Amino acid sequence: MKNQILLIAALAATLGLLAACGERPPIETQQIGYRGTGMEQNVNPRRREQIKAVNQLGGIQPPADASGPLAKDIYQNVQVLSDLSVGEFTRVMLSMTEWVAPEDQKNCTYCHNGENYADESKYQYKVARSMLKMTRDINTNWKSHVKETGVTCHTCHRGGPVPQYVWYAYPGSGRENAFVGTRAGQNSAVTGLGITTIGHSSLPYDPYSPFLLGDLDIRVNGPTALPTGNRKSIKQAEWTYSLMVHMSNSLGVNCTYCHNSRAWAEWEQSTPQRTVAWHGIRMARGLNNQYLVPLTEVFPANRKGPLGDVAKINCQTCHQGVYKPYFGESMAKAYPELQGVKSPAVDPAAAEGAVSTEAATAPSTAAPVTAPAVEAKPKDQSKMAQRSGPTTIAAVFDR
Amino acid sequence: MAEYQNLFTRVQVTAPHYPGIPHDPRGVWVRGVKASANYWLGKIGDAQIGPFYLGSTGVASILCFIIAFEIVGLNMLASVNWNPLEFIRQLFWLALEPPAPQYGLRIPPLSDGGWHLMAGFFLTMSVLLWWVRTYNLARKLKMGTHTAWAFASAIFLFLVLGFIRPVLMGSWSEGVPFGIFAHLDWTAAFSLRYGNLLYNPFHALSIVFLYGSVLLFAMHAGTIMAVSRFGGEREVEQSLDRGTASERAALFWRWTMGFNATMESVHRWAWWFAVLCTLTGGIGILLTGTVVDNWYLWAVKHGVAPAYPTTFEPMTDPALTSGAAQ
Repeated sequence: MKNQILLIAALAATLGLLAACGERPPIETQQIGYRGTGMEQNVNPRRREQIKAVNQLGGIQPPADASGPLAKDIYQNVQVLSDLSVGEFTRVMLSMTEWVAPEDQKNCTYCHNGENYADESKYQYKVARSMLKMTRDINTNWKSHVKETGVTCHTCHRGGPVPQYVWYAYPGSGRENAFVGTRAGQNSAVTGLGITTIGHSSLPYDPYSPFLLGDLDIRVNGPTALPTGNRKSIKQAEWTYSLMVHMSNSLGVNCTYCHNSRAWAEWEQSTPQRTVAWHGIRMARGLNNQYLVPLTEVFPANRKGPLGDVAKINCQTCHQGVYKPYFGESMAKAYPELQGVKSPAVDPAAAEGAVSTEAATAPSTAAPVTAPAVEAKPKDQSKMAQRSGPTTIAAVFDR
Repeated sequence: MAEYQNLFTRVQVTAPHYPGIPHDPRGVWVRGVKASANYWLGKIGDAQIGPFYLGSTGVASILCFIIAFEIVGLNMLASVNWNPLEFIRQLFWLALEPPAPQYGLRIPPLSDGGWHLMAGFFLTMSVLLWWVRTYNLARKLKMGTHTAWAFASAIFLFLVLGFIRPVLMGSWSEGVPFGIFAHLDWTAAFSLRYGNLLYNPFHALSIVFLYGSVLLFAMHAGTIMAVSRFGGEREVEQSLDRGTASERAALFWRWTMGFNATMESVHRWAWWFAVLCTLTGGIGILLTGTVVDNWYLWAVKHGVAPAYPTTFEPMTDPALTSGAAQ
């Protein structure tokens, strides 16, 4: 009898421990590659409804008449959507209100001065202008990642002013230079303030700064069987691992969605999704440096992180737990206005310059109708380098 | 004797404490004479506790261990700003990290890996001193030193991970963090960095001996318990003078798999499996990064890793065409 009680207690304790692991079996498994290679996708059917619920398309306004006078000729200070008709322009404005303005401020004056709609005094106005440029840039120049599906404001915003999943630089625990008890950017179970553990692991908790803001090398595997100078450390592998787990969590997929786990580095054995993801990393990095960091001076303090940096994007910002936002359904198709090809991409160097000088951020009424024309940079790898931003984060990495 | 049929220890012999054989009185600390009995300990082993013999190496080893344990524990506690509740809540996540790669084999500041080196040093000293003690005790009791050499095999793996390999790689950062989840993440990262450790043949051998040890342990323990009704647990007597317990056990395995170990040889099997587990594992770690950089490519080169038919459209590395691809 006494033994039975002990046995039952032990069983209960074991079950309790297992329950703490979070997701109970059964997990649905689908084979996606050659038999016996373990290429499969795991889905927890009990989370499906919840993920579906947060991945509903936003409201789509009825199509607008593309003919008629251009908005820039009727309204003042139309800089980005200058190629749209008044009807199309109004449609975008109405949609943005629905997609982005807070629940209790679903009207024009969330961004506009009600007295003068061309007035640029509200920070929301300036941010929205930059975000419109970004949306058009994504739909035009980042088809390598968003394909023909495209994005709208709603892809990230989902009806609110600040997207649910953004990240800020981690302020640190205050022990970075302490005599004892430094964390080296990892080994924490704390969540909050934009810092979440990466898949409940003790991996580095901020893989975004080095990889999605800086352009530190993600690859750690050497190209040859025997050592030929690859000096990547195990610590570096932990940072890469952390970024990959972030991607996995953001997309609700396991590693084999992109990789063949027998040989992570081999492109020949990877799935086509890996190429899309590769461009996605560059896109997040590019957008953070080109559009979000330059808004640092525009945002008020209450919209910034503890270190005064702007909210930045990572994979989860758009994906929200799904391999394709909205399970691949396209909202952008209904919005040719946001596909606009007439807006030239902003030169990142110019954008970075804009942050440092007040004159540039203070909008000038004499500003040209379109974004400042920039000299076309030669289409080579230097463009990637420009998109990638500073690499001072290396210090963080090496710890 | 029927008590032996249970899967749990049911027999507790109560007898006057046994002080052990007369010992060599040399040494600083002499074995005590006090002994006691514990009922609950008797459930899993011998109920008698003591008399103890620590000796100078035992005391030094324990001191070194305490120092290492305190360095790790206090660093963990400090990392949560000395908050005991957070320490308990986050215990599995907390760790003491090795130095950053840029220090190479130089001594880093205490806060940036210096504590890790210090903890590693004292832990190593503790383990080595305990080995000396294991060896000496066996000698004092006129035993063979098999236990010490089996222990040495495990120490070899420990030294490879924390000392020999980092020195060969020229960087203390290659060491293992002291932490529960942290060392597991390190293990995964190690495999990721070196192109999949599963293609490392010594890793494979180590797994063979690990799982083999478990299998042997279950087979042997099961066999002995099963024939204990015939006196089979008296293994030494049975190996010298084979009785019906030994005959039945042997016959059982011959019927099962056509071959049987003997009362003596099964222990040599077990010893070698256990020793080779860490020995081959240590060799596998030692070769990683020093001699082989990418185990998958190594396996392809030597025809170990098969090629499977592709089921996806062929892809190339987009980094090679990044200028055009953006």
